[in-house]
Amino acid sequence: MNIVLDWITIVAVTAGVFFFLAGTAGLLRFPDAVTRLHALTKADNLGLGLVALGLIAQAHSAAVVFELLVIWVLVVLSGSTAAQLIARAQRRGDAQP
Amino acid sequence: MSEFLLAAAGSVLLLVAVGLVRILRGPSNVDRMMAAQLFGTGGIATVLLLGAATGAAAAVDVALTLALLAAFASFAFVKAAPGDNEP
Repeated sequence: MNIVLDWITIVAVTAGVFFFLAGTAGLLRFPDAVTRLHALTKADNLGLGLVALGLIAQAHSAAVVFELLVIWVLVVLSGSTAAQLIARAQRRGDAQP
Repeated sequence: MSEFLLAAAGSVLLLVAVGLVRILRGPSNVDRMMAAQLFGTGGIATVLLLGAATGAAAAVDVALTLALLAAFASFAFVKAAPGDNEP
Protein backbone atom coordinates (compact mmCIF):
# COMPACT_ATOMS: atom_id res chain seq x y z
CA MET A 1 0.00 0.00 0.00
CA ASN A 2 2.82 2.38 0.86
CA ILE A 3 4.60 1.66 -2.41
CA VAL A 4 1.40 2.36 -4.37
CA LEU A 5 0.96 5.69 -2.54
CA ASP A 6 4.62 6.57 -3.18
CA TRP A 7 4.18 5.90 -6.89
CA ILE A 8 1.04 8.04 -6.99
CA THR A 9 3.06 10.85 -5.39
CA ILE A 10 5.97 10.45 -7.81
CA VAL A 11 3.78 10.38 -10.91
CA ALA A 12 1.51 13.27 -9.83
CA VAL A 13 4.31 15.55 -8.61
CA THR A 14 6.37 14.90 -11.75
CA ALA A 15 3.35 15.75 -13.91
CA GLY A 16 2.80 18.88 -11.80
CA VAL A 17 6.40 20.04 -12.32
CA PHE A 18 5.95 19.40 -16.05
CA PHE A 19 2.89 21.68 -16.11
CA PHE A 20 4.82 24.38 -14.25
CA LEU A 21 7.47 24.01 -16.97
CA ALA A 22 4.75 24.43 -19.62
CA GLY A 23 3.40 27.53 -17.84
CA THR A 24 6.83 29.15 -17.62
CA ALA A 25 7.60 28.31 -21.25
CA GLY A 26 4.27 29.83 -22.30
CA LEU A 27 4.85 32.96 -20.21
CA LEU A 28 8.25 33.49 -21.83
CA ARG A 29 7.57 32.38 -25.40
CA PHE A 30 4.00 33.35 -26.34
CA PRO A 31 3.66 36.47 -28.51
CA ASP A 32 1.15 38.72 -26.68
CA ALA A 33 -0.29 39.34 -23.23
CA VAL A 34 -3.60 37.50 -23.63
CA THR A 35 -2.02 34.29 -24.94
CA ARG A 36 0.53 34.45 -22.12
CA LEU A 37 -2.30 34.85 -19.62
CA HIS A 38 -4.03 31.82 -21.12
CA ALA A 39 -0.88 29.67 -20.89
CA LEU A 40 -0.06 30.80 -17.37
CA THR A 41 -3.41 30.48 -15.63
CA LYS A 42 -4.35 27.07 -17.01
CA ALA A 43 -1.01 25.31 -16.81
CA ASP A 44 -0.05 26.63 -13.37
CA ASN A 45 -3.33 25.82 -11.67
CA LEU A 46 -3.25 22.30 -13.11
CA GLY A 47 0.38 21.95 -11.99
CA LEU A 48 -0.48 23.01 -8.46
CA GLY A 49 -3.47 20.66 -8.47
CA LEU A 50 -1.28 17.72 -9.45
CA VAL A 51 1.32 18.62 -6.80
CA ALA A 52 -1.45 18.81 -4.18
CA LEU A 53 -2.84 15.46 -5.37
CA GLY A 54 0.61 13.91 -5.06
CA LEU A 55 1.01 15.27 -1.53
CA ILE A 56 -2.46 14.09 -0.50
CA ALA A 57 -1.15 10.55 -1.04
CA GLN A 58 1.55 11.31 1.58
CA ALA A 59 -0.72 13.06 4.08
CA HIS A 60 -1.02 11.52 7.54
CA SER A 61 -4.36 12.96 8.64
CA ALA A 62 -7.70 13.88 7.13
CA ALA A 63 -7.23 17.50 8.21
CA VAL A 64 -4.12 17.85 6.03
CA VAL A 65 -5.94 16.31 3.06
CA PHE A 66 -8.79 18.78 3.54
CA GLU A 67 -6.39 21.71 3.85
CA LEU A 68 -4.55 20.74 0.65
CA LEU A 69 -7.88 20.56 -1.18
CA VAL A 70 -8.91 23.96 0.21
CA ILE A 71 -5.63 25.49 -0.99
CA TRP A 72 -6.11 24.13 -4.47
CA VAL A 73 -9.76 25.21 -4.75
CA LEU A 74 -8.84 28.68 -3.46
CA VAL A 75 -6.03 29.01 -6.02
CA VAL A 76 -8.24 27.79 -8.88
CA LEU A 77 -11.07 30.19 -7.98
CA SER A 78 -8.82 33.21 -7.45
CA GLY A 79 -6.66 32.32 -10.46
CA SER A 80 -9.59 32.13 -12.86
CA THR A 81 -11.17 35.31 -11.47
CA ALA A 82 -7.87 37.16 -11.63
CA ALA A 83 -7.33 35.95 -15.22
CA GLN A 84 -10.64 37.53 -16.29
CA LEU A 85 -9.88 40.76 -14.43
CA ILE A 86 -6.33 41.02 -15.80
CA ALA A 87 -7.57 40.41 -19.35
CA ARG A 88 -10.10 43.23 -18.85
CA ALA A 89 -7.38 45.56 -17.57
CA GLN A 90 -5.33 44.63 -20.63
CA ARG A 91 -8.21 45.52 -22.99
CA ARG A 92 -8.76 48.84 -21.22
CA GLY A 93 -5.07 49.56 -21.60
CA ASP A 94 -5.28 48.78 -25.34
CA ALA A 95 -8.26 51.11 -25.78
CA GLN A 96 -6.39 54.03 -24.22
CA PRO A 97 -3.64 55.46 -26.42
CA MET B 1 10.69 10.00 -0.98
CA SER B 2 11.97 13.09 0.80
CA GLU B 3 14.84 13.51 -1.69
CA PHE B 4 12.40 13.33 -4.58
CA LEU B 5 10.12 15.95 -3.00
CA LEU B 6 13.11 18.23 -2.35
CA ALA B 7 14.20 17.88 -5.99
CA ALA B 8 10.67 18.69 -7.15
CA ALA B 9 10.57 21.77 -4.89
CA GLY B 10 13.89 22.92 -6.33
CA SER B 11 12.66 22.40 -9.90
CA VAL B 12 9.48 24.41 -9.31
CA LEU B 13 11.47 27.20 -7.65
CA LEU B 14 13.91 27.26 -10.59
CA LEU B 15 11.03 27.44 -13.10
CA VAL B 16 9.44 30.31 -11.17
CA ALA B 17 12.77 32.14 -11.11
CA VAL B 18 13.12 31.71 -14.87
CA GLY B 19 9.57 33.01 -15.29
CA LEU B 20 10.53 36.20 -13.43
CA VAL B 21 12.50 37.21 -16.56
CA ARG B 22 9.10 38.38 -17.81
CA ILE B 23 9.17 41.12 -15.16
CA LEU B 24 12.36 42.49 -16.71
CA ARG B 25 11.19 42.18 -20.30
CA GLY B 26 7.65 43.49 -19.74
CA PRO B 27 6.46 45.00 -22.05
CA SER B 28 3.35 46.02 -20.12
CA ASN B 29 2.45 45.99 -16.44
CA VAL B 30 -0.05 43.21 -17.17
CA ASP B 31 2.85 40.92 -18.15
CA ARG B 32 4.70 41.81 -14.96
CA MET B 33 1.61 41.02 -12.91
CA MET B 34 1.37 37.62 -14.60
CA ALA B 35 4.93 36.82 -13.54
CA ALA B 36 3.95 37.78 -9.99
CA GLN B 37 0.94 35.45 -10.26
CA LEU B 38 3.25 32.66 -11.40
CA PHE B 39 5.40 33.43 -8.36
CA GLY B 40 2.34 33.05 -6.14
CA THR B 41 1.26 29.69 -7.57
CA GLY B 42 4.80 28.34 -7.80
CA GLY B 43 5.58 29.59 -4.31
CA ILE B 44 2.60 27.71 -2.89
CA ALA B 45 3.73 24.51 -4.65
CA THR B 46 7.31 24.98 -3.40
CA VAL B 47 6.21 25.51 0.21
CA LEU B 48 3.92 22.47 0.08
CA LEU B 49 6.67 20.27 -1.39
CA LEU B 50 9.27 21.52 1.11
CA GLY B 51 6.86 20.96 3.99
CA ALA B 52 6.16 17.39 2.88
CA ALA B 53 9.87 16.70 2.34
CA THR B 54 11.00 17.97 5.74
CA GLY B 55 7.92 16.94 7.72
CA ALA B 56 7.11 20.50 8.75
CA ALA B 57 3.36 20.31 9.26
CA ALA B 58 2.92 24.08 9.57
CA ALA B 59 4.00 24.54 5.94
CA VAL B 60 0.46 23.76 4.80
CA ASP B 61 -0.85 26.72 6.84
CA VAL B 62 1.83 28.94 5.31
CA ALA B 63 0.74 27.82 1.83
CA LEU B 64 -2.89 28.60 2.65
CA THR B 65 -1.94 32.13 3.73
CA LEU B 66 0.17 32.54 0.59
CA ALA B 67 -2.80 31.49 -1.56
CA LEU B 68 -4.94 34.20 0.03
CA LEU B 69 -2.26 36.88 -0.37
CA ALA B 70 -1.64 35.96 -4.02
CA ALA B 71 -5.35 36.43 -4.72
CA PHE B 72 -5.36 39.85 -3.04
CA ALA B 73 -2.27 40.93 -5.01
CA SER B 74 -3.99 40.32 -8.34
CA PHE B 75 -7.18 42.09 -7.31
CA ALA B 76 -5.25 45.07 -5.95
CA PHE B 77 -3.38 45.32 -9.25
CA VAL B 78 -6.61 45.34 -11.26
CA LYS B 79 -8.19 47.96 -8.98
CA ALA B 80 -5.13 50.18 -9.27
CA ALA B 81 -4.85 49.81 -13.06
CA PRO B 82 -5.43 53.01 -15.06
CA GLY B 83 -8.90 53.45 -16.53
CA ASP B 84 -10.74 51.78 -13.68
CA ASN B 85 -13.67 54.14 -13.23
CA GLU B 86 -16.07 51.70 -11.60
CA PRO B 87 -16.91 52.26 -7.94
